[in-house]
Amino acid sequence: MSIRTTHEIHTRRFGRNLGLGLTLAGFIAVIFGLTVVKVQGLEYRQPAAGTVTVTDTEADS
Amino acid sequence: MTDASLDPTDVTGDAQFGDYFALLKPRVMTLVVFTALVGLLAAPVAIHPFVAFCAILFIAVGGGASGALNMWWDADIDAVMRRTAKRPIPAGRVSGSEALGLGMALSGFSVVFLGLATNWLAAGLLAFTIFFYVVIYTMWLKRWTPQNIVIGGAAGAFPPMIGWAAATGSVSVEAVLMFSLTFLWTPPHFWALALFMRKDYDNAGVPMLTVTHGRRATRNQIFVYTLILAALALATGFTSAGGPLYLTVAIVLNAMFVKGAWEIWMRDELLAETDNFAVEKSFFKLSLLYLFLHFGALLAEATIERAGILWGAA
Repeated sequence: MSIRTTHEIHTRRFGRNLGLGLTLAGFIAVIFGLTVVKVQGLEYRQPAAGTVTVTDTEADS
Repeated sequence: MTDASLDPTDVTGDAQFGDYFALLKPRVMTLVVFTALVGLLAAPVAIHPFVAFCAILFIAVGGGASGALNMWWDADIDAVMRRTAKRPIPAGRVSGSEALGLGMALSGFSVVFLGLATNWLAAGLLAFTIFFYVVIYTMWLKRWTPQNIVIGGAAGAFPPMIGWAAATGSVSVEAVLMFSLTFLWTPPHFWALALFMRKDYDNAGVPMLTVTHGRRATRNQIFVYTLILAALALATGFTSAGGPLYLTVAIVLNAMFVKGAWEIWMRDELLAETDNFAVEKSFFKLSLLYLFLHFGALLAEATIERAGILWGAA
């Protein structure tokens, strides 16, 4: 008897799996987009005068 | 209960993706999305379009999650009522525990991600809305008091306030007015439905006003609530949220709505039976249009005002 690669139950569940896959892909896209927007929205702040930065510390050593 | 008994909440069929989506009550979600969008866009604070999209998405998911939890708890009622008997749980396609899991997971997801995308006031309001709809309305009020629709209506009224809070980080008088509009609209809308769904609520044992106080009392209440709603809707036209366009729309719609409520009030059951509840059905349809057009007019007013500011600055 040959091995059936696609059982009938797989066919029936294809729609559900496809829907779930698309939902997860959409979720990833939303989180990625949100991250990009949030990061771009962060204001670049100049360090105040006299503030010790990592670069300063490295230069002194 | 024996092992051999058939509990509709524990039957698992071959659910399709659409069955899980149906648990989220997509038709109710349309109203949630639209009113939340108006609340968000009417707010006098610019919000990044993608953040706005995410906010509406998470509010919609939160609304859907509460719908799934409602279907989990009310599976026994849904199985009895003709209108809801084909829902995924009573139809045996999705088990009650699956609906519970989906509802809980999506509730947590929507609240956390709304907080991360916008602010924690909006997230807190969404969490409270889900709690109010599931615990206060579904588990407590719905099976206990004929005032279930009146108090429970608050759950459906929160979305525009959440949208406003997502944009501004606060709640103002405009947000409260949008909340009140939906809150007062809910009783006449659902009581009209209860009038022409007739025996459904009786059979399910839900203490709707039609069951506990009779159909005459329901007609009286529809008329009284419509008058209060009309007064609020017209008064909104004179606040910062309203304007000439909104006021024009409100005058026309409220005249039609009060006329519809008057006709319902004047009718008796014999007359209603004769034309198969035509007036009640038409009032119910008008109530859907009523809310959409009021919020549409509020959105238009906000857009006009913003455009005026932009033109003034140009």
